[in-house]
Amino acid sequence: MQIKPILSALRKHRLSTILIALEIALACAVLCNACFMISQRVSATHIDSGVDETSLATVQLTGYDSTQAPDVDARALAALRAVPGVQSVSLLNSIPFGSRRGTAGITTDAAGEHFGGVIEFYVGGPGSLQTLGAKLIAGRAPQMDDFHAFTGFMPDEGSVQITQALAEHLWPGADSLGKEFWVLKSHYRVVGVLKSLVRPDPTGWTPEQRQWSVFLPAQPGPYLTGSYLLRASPGDLPRVLRDALAALAKAVPEVVIDRENSHTLGELRHDVFKNDRAMAGMLVGVIAALLLVTSLGIVGLASFWVQQRRRQIGIRRAIGATRSDILHYFQTENFLIVTGGIVLGMVLAFAINLLLMQRYELPRLPLYYLPIGALVLWALGQLAVLGPALRAAAVPPVVATRSV
Amino acid sequence: MFGYYLDLALRSLKRSPGLTALMMLAIGFGVAASMTTWSVFRGVSGDPIPWKSAQLFVPQIDSWGPSQKSGAGLHEPPNALAYADAMALMHDRRAALQSAIYAVAPTVLPAGEGRSPIPVFGFGVYGEFFPMLDVPFQYGSGWQAGDDSDGAPVVVISDALNRQAFGGGNSVGRNIDLDGRDYRVTGVMKPWNPQPMFFDVVDTGGFGGNGPDVFVPLQRAIASGMENAGAVNCPKGVQPGAGYAGLQKSNCVWLAYMVELDDESAVQNYRQYLDNYASVQQKLGRFDWPPNNRLRDMRAFLDHEHVVPDDTRVSLLVALGLLLVCLVNTAGLMLAKFLRRSGEIGVRRALGASRRAIHAQFLTEAAVIGVGGSALGLLLTAIGVFAVNRMLPPRLAELARIEPALLLLTVVVAIAASVLAGLYPTFRAARVQPAWQLKTN
Repeated sequence: MQIKPILSALRKHRLSTILIALEIALACAVLCNACFMISQRVSATHIDSGVDETSLATVQLTGYDSTQAPDVDARALAALRAVPGVQSVSLLNSIPFGSRRGTAGITTDAAGEHFGGVIEFYVGGPGSLQTLGAKLIAGRAPQMDDFHAFTGFMPDEGSVQITQALAEHLWPGADSLGKEFWVLKSHYRVVGVLKSLVRPDPTGWTPEQRQWSVFLPAQPGPYLTGSYLLRASPGDLPRVLRDALAALAKAVPEVVIDRENSHTLGELRHDVFKNDRAMAGMLVGVIAALLLVTSLGIVGLASFWVQQRRRQIGIRRAIGATRSDILHYFQTENFLIVTGGIVLGMVLAFAINLLLMQRYELPRLPLYYLPIGALVLWALGQLAVLGPALRAAAVPPVVATRSV
Repeated sequence: MFGYYLDLALRSLKRSPGLTALMMLAIGFGVAASMTTWSVFRGVSGDPIPWKSAQLFVPQIDSWGPSQKSGAGLHEPPNALAYADAMALMHDRRAALQSAIYAVAPTVLPAGEGRSPIPVFGFGVYGEFFPMLDVPFQYGSGWQAGDDSDGAPVVVISDALNRQAFGGGNSVGRNIDLDGRDYRVTGVMKPWNPQPMFFDVVDTGGFGGNGPDVFVPLQRAIASGMENAGAVNCPKGVQPGAGYAGLQKSNCVWLAYMVELDDESAVQNYRQYLDNYASVQQKLGRFDWPPNNRLRDMRAFLDHEHVVPDDTRVSLLVALGLLLVCLVNTAGLMLAKFLRRSGEIGVRRALGASRRAIHAQFLTEAAVIGVGGSALGLLLTAIGVFAVNRMLPPRLAELARIEPALLLLTVVVAIAASVLAGLYPTFRAARVQPAWQLKTN
């Protein structure tokens, strides 16, 4: 296939060629970045929470004093345990995808010089780690004497289980069992490592930070109250939650049931990622529109050119070109233009990504998006030009002999 | 002549229906995507108090010092005030109107038997808050300055709370139970839910909720120990003592602040005052760094706090990218279409039409394509806004609405985009040489 004749023919239609190439370049830039953003969002929504979400629900009570807490908890727990289908109930201050009550910054030294990050403390009563279903991969689970009473925000000390992600971040490569970290004057020692335990608000953190959680055992009391985790079998769970809320309304009528935050963990998870799903959906719509418009544009322009060049095609056919020669000619021409557009488009895609990185703190576009984008656009271009090219191939040689 | 050009345009469009449909489709898609994301953007970046936002300012005083690195890397002062600074500013009263603000979450116990407690959300403020922000009242008004200093148990309630607790009607002068203590109602607001909640974005995140239910005097709320529902940020290494007493003594920041400054000289004076205050604190030894204050107007502060979610901005940019692609597409197709009619242009020019006439003819055609594209764009925009409403979290969704202004803007943008895309093709068409075209080929 001769490239030079194609190029010199294109030089006659410089502007249209440039316009198609520009369109492909813009499409490539928007396509690569949009696909990358979609993959970011989708991977965020698929985060591994580390707990048995399908079996868990939470009920939140509020509107009472800390002095009333032991009484309220006693009645509430009794009522909840009596609900048929409930496998276990425990107290947990923060709920994955739900209420967030234990966020604090930690340091890996007592003097407070080495900042470790802002993490989530899941302060839970006896049985809460088992209720959650979080998997332990090293060390031990909390034992009965780990659960102390405490006052204030969190216990001042304790033996904790941390997630593998957090252990890797704080002490990369080393065994984290036995290591210590501090929150101002409070001091904690690692005795177990969990496979994963997502923080209550995973959106708004980088992918590594989403798993920075710690389980801190504590005795329920005036400062660990009103936030219950229920476990039931997945089929029963919606009914169990409804019955639990009704039972609580009867057992503790003087407190407020926070119905907005009392849901199954599945529902909470769905709500947390609403924004990400919306963004991903919108981007998919934009990509679809983009590809449609680009392909239709190529079809339109290619049809126009074929019409312009009927005489030349006829002449070529008359002197011996076959149908497939004409077809290949137009396909190669399209391939060249799209290649030019893609080259420009890759540069543009990177430039746009740098801009987005700077202003909106998005991550860098991985290199493998560019060849994929290129392939998609090549395929699109070839498909789009197929129709007009076939029509060109159908031009009969006799056109060359007509003067009109 | 316009009617003639319109006629020509319609005929030409009818002659090549495929190409016409293609161009209208391209314009329609591009415009619809841009308008949908624009409506969301407009909703979340709207100004809830446009008649006054230029006169409202947020002062920031650096009470932490250069040892605290903020995320921006630049030495930005914290976005709220410490208690000592807020009280000093209120005491000096250097602005026309000012108020310290912080979020509280008391529980209301309605009168009558068997009524269950209602958790509400509100703010502790000073009396000047109400005239400063033009808070609309149904009955009564805010409280007087004397009530602030006395710590009087007064409260302003919302319309919704008025209906829930008192069944509606004028409840000024009646008592309402907040956290077990009686407060006298001095005013009932009209339904007021500014989005974003511009006077305290630090605690509220800007959006969401049904609006503040109660306003109480700030000192009274602190004295009664009303639960602080806002954010407290402490400098590294500082752990405040328990309760409000601890917060009041420390340099932890937890109070939002807003002032009204009516003209440029007032702004300059206030800026000077803030710097003087910080210098005095430096001399007294409380700060050991030079003054590092900010005084941003309300909109600049909202921008600084990233109240408009970044997602919304990125969506807008992506949609504009699509619009650009559609424009280039349409331009290419128009170029093809117009140049195909070189013969017709040659004839018109030979008969005496000026280049201007050719411009007018083809720009009219571009505008007609724009009108057709706008019809499709309107339909797609309506679908887009509807879909976005279903997909976004409710607090943002209700801000994106289909309004007449949005639809009008869609039509205008479609026609403008079409004409813009048609500019170069028109220019090329007008440059066609009549002589060349009239020769038989």
